[in-house]
Amino acid sequence: MAENNNLISGATGDWEIVLGLEVHAQVASNAKLFSGASTEFGAEPNAQVSLVDAAMPGMLPVINWFCVEQAVRTGLGIKAQINNYSVFDRKNYFYPDLPQGYQISQFQQPIVGEGAIEIDLADGVVKEIGIERLHLEQDAGKSLHDQHPNMSFVDLNRSGVALMEIVSNPDMRSAAEAQAYVKKLRAILRYLGTCDGNMEQGSMRADVNVSVRKPGDALGTRCEIKNVNSIRFIGQAIEYEARRQVDLIEDGGVVEQQTRLFDPKTGETRAMRSKEEAHDYRYFPDPDLLPLEFSQEFVDEIAKDLPELPDDKKARFIADYGLTPYDAGVLVGEAENAAFFEAAAEGQDAKAVANMVIGSVFAGLNKADLDIGDSPVSPAQVGQLVGLIADDTVSGRSAKEVFELMFEDGPDQGKDPAVIIEEKGLKQVTDTGAIEAAVDEVIAANPDKVAQAKERPKMAGWFVGQVMQATGGKANPQAVNQLVLSKLGLD
Amino acid sequence: MTDLTQMNLAEARDGLAAKEFSAVELTQAHIDRVSASASLNAYVLETPEKALEMAALSDAKIAAGEARPLEGLPIGVKDLFCTKGVRTTACSNILGDFIPPYESTVTQNLWADGAVMLGKLNNDEFAMGSSNETSRFGPVVNPWKAHGQELVPGGSSGGSSAAVAARLGIAATATDTGGSIRQPAAFTGTVGLKPTYGRCSRWGIVAFASSLDQAGPITHTVRDAAMMLTSMASFDPRDTTSVERDVPNYEAALIGKGGGDIKGLRVGIPQEYRVDNMPAEIEKLWQQGIDWLRDAGAEIVDVSLPHTKYALPAYYIIAPAEASSNLARYDGVRYGARKQGADIDDMYAQTRAAGFGDEVKRRVMIGTYALSAGYYDAYYVKALQVRRLIAEDFTKAYEKCDVLLTPTTPSAAFEIGKNVEDPLEMYLNDVFTVTVNLAGLPGISVPAGLDANGLPLGLQLIGQAFGEETLLRTASVLEEAAGFDAQPQDWWSA
Repeated sequence: MAENNNLISGATGDWEIVLGLEVHAQVASNAKLFSGASTEFGAEPNAQVSLVDAAMPGMLPVINWFCVEQAVRTGLGIKAQINNYSVFDRKNYFYPDLPQGYQISQFQQPIVGEGAIEIDLADGVVKEIGIERLHLEQDAGKSLHDQHPNMSFVDLNRSGVALMEIVSNPDMRSAAEAQAYVKKLRAILRYLGTCDGNMEQGSMRADVNVSVRKPGDALGTRCEIKNVNSIRFIGQAIEYEARRQVDLIEDGGVVEQQTRLFDPKTGETRAMRSKEEAHDYRYFPDPDLLPLEFSQEFVDEIAKDLPELPDDKKARFIADYGLTPYDAGVLVGEAENAAFFEAAAEGQDAKAVANMVIGSVFAGLNKADLDIGDSPVSPAQVGQLVGLIADDTVSGRSAKEVFELMFEDGPDQGKDPAVIIEEKGLKQVTDTGAIEAAVDEVIAANPDKVAQAKERPKMAGWFVGQVMQATGGKANPQAVNQLVLSKLGLD
Repeated sequence: MTDLTQMNLAEARDGLAAKEFSAVELTQAHIDRVSASASLNAYVLETPEKALEMAALSDAKIAAGEARPLEGLPIGVKDLFCTKGVRTTACSNILGDFIPPYESTVTQNLWADGAVMLGKLNNDEFAMGSSNETSRFGPVVNPWKAHGQELVPGGSSGGSSAAVAARLGIAATATDTGGSIRQPAAFTGTVGLKPTYGRCSRWGIVAFASSLDQAGPITHTVRDAAMMLTSMASFDPRDTTSVERDVPNYEAALIGKGGGDIKGLRVGIPQEYRVDNMPAEIEKLWQQGIDWLRDAGAEIVDVSLPHTKYALPAYYIIAPAEASSNLARYDGVRYGARKQGADIDDMYAQTRAAGFGDEVKRRVMIGTYALSAGYYDAYYVKALQVRRLIAEDFTKAYEKCDVLLTPTTPSAAFEIGKNVEDPLEMYLNDVFTVTVNLAGLPGISVPAGLDANGLPLGLQLIGQAFGEETLLRTASVLEEAAGFDAQPQDWWSA
């Protein structure tokens, strides 16, 4: 196994963090797992609750096969064992947002077994994280404690929504690895279309199991941090919790296995009340549901139209477009980004396109807080602009200006780059006569600098800069460079 | 006019068709009788206005020549079936005055076939009981009496059996989890049919034990049971345990007036059902039944169901385990009765302590225990293994025979209060019936004779899965041979 470079240091030496994640991913489905009620986000409280979701007397769950398909699809996407026979169990506990008094989940026989995900680490290292299982289960409703001075309200809109719980092996060794894992998993789910991966809306959240040990020792006692709902918080929660455990042990304490909550305001984790976790869930097969069985053909049909996944796409970008692994990795992180790049790169220098997408486009979107789908500059326009730089129509410097005009709010937003170049007179000056005049002018005006340049030829760069400025950046930099050198007698 | 409450379902149907009386007249006669029979406590809710409205519609249908299979026939509905707009409580305080905004599939099927609802029938709370003494509305009194003593009508469908026996409805719906249709039928001289698991939809029926619950009818005759089942049964996409299988016209399976020919039919007699201390009368009746079927041309075969003695213990693990989970939804949060508490846990505790009766609490506790960490394998998993062995016993027996004949119960109806303090004695009532639920098979109790006290006794026929047609045909032969025509004396009418 590779050396772990992510040790954290304590008073008694270095410690290793051991992390395993249980990610709850909401199945992208219009209807709930066992009822026909809608799953749309943001509806009025209790507007999307069927008789089944409210656990009215005599109501029975009926499996939503679309959700089953999505789980199988996801299982195939994480290269996992698909179980053609699985069982729904009841997990029994009382809570006001759990109308049935039990959650229908899968305990001993999940729909998906072991699989694996590869994550890209900063230093270009690829690490495989094992997946233990994926199972289907119902989400609970939501308790609202801030609506009334001494009562709690319950919103059952989420009650019964289908979740995939994806359990990793304890294979991660740092917050960065855990974050990379969640990002990669989210990318895979989005590529597959089985979960929108929207952590702010709660469609994806993680329970993080954290333990620490001296390298080479047996696993330490773990704490589970429940329901962490952003990649940044996952990092913060792990850093805090690992440090807490190290300090505790080094102070002579013992880590107790417990469930903890992360508070984003303080950046700390705290133990849940013991009452909140002291459950004997009394799992048993749900007698209202038959075992979930499907044929190999059912699986094969789904496998047939599986999309190209991030790893394959990355490999293709490197092989076909000559991108660096880093650029390829950045572009395939989101399926939409990759598609944008591919559309822009058509017929153009792919590496230059990648640079512009990762640089200008992403920066602009970030600044404007826009999704790539809402980019004011189309992929074709990015491709055109790269083409106009390549054929010397516009200088790289002017191209930046062109891009900004295309991107930002204003009269030129969304125009084709060629139009803007024409209208703004940004066309690169390749007329040697005009450039020569400018060079002569700068040389004539700066005799002291000319003398310095004769001593130190690097000073030529100063002249090039002056000429570019004088021509408003429209001069072809290579032509300027050549003329400056020859006029100064440095070539 | 003759007393319109003295007919069976088929006779009433034929009378309506012949326009000898109207559906409204037929219904009114039953409404009157129901309201005069409050002392039996069979009904927990009477719906006379709804009944007359439905009957009037039936008369219109009959007049238009559009009569449906059960057109205008007034029946009672066990309070376990959710009825849209009509209070449904499972006879438990915890449901308060719950009024379902939906109709169970089985009752919907009956109304779609023209049946008329007289009201909701008493039962043991959440169908947990064998004597109908655990209802929040108090015990049902059996119309049959011995030595002047008030007797139980059996349970949990005691309201259904008492109502049919006392002619407070021409038929009734019921449910059977461990014998809750067949035992009350045996105690009241009526026919009780528990169909194959999956034959009737469980959608909209308050659940007791999901893997065992099955709806069925209590009626006067086997033919009536066939008529009722034809309407009640359906494949229901809303219940994944219901089976997608055509519903035959079960009445058509009864060939000829007597119901059919069973020449060459192999009737199995399971030796393990000769339990210790079986009353001589029951033993004698069983032998009588064997003789009747043999005389009718059946071949009698001795068979063995070796795991029978484990059935009752397994049942009293599995049913409470499922019930403990099924009843978790009654928490006072969304519907039904609520007792305020200091906090949410206290509210649960107060609500459930006040809302559930002793027997329900007992079973919730047994079930919770059986599913607990550390006990699950020893109890629940073991019980499921027993269940599988019992099912295999039947499969093997059916290699040698087509139906089985047993007594329905180890005794006739007993006095109210007799077994209330002794749950184990009470549970023994189910000894001949629970195996059928564990194996998911159809079973029927047919009234076959009277004991020394003049109380009815039943014989049970057990069929193969979805073998209701053979079962009904055999039952009708047994019924004809027994010629049971005793009636309880009307001591209760006000």
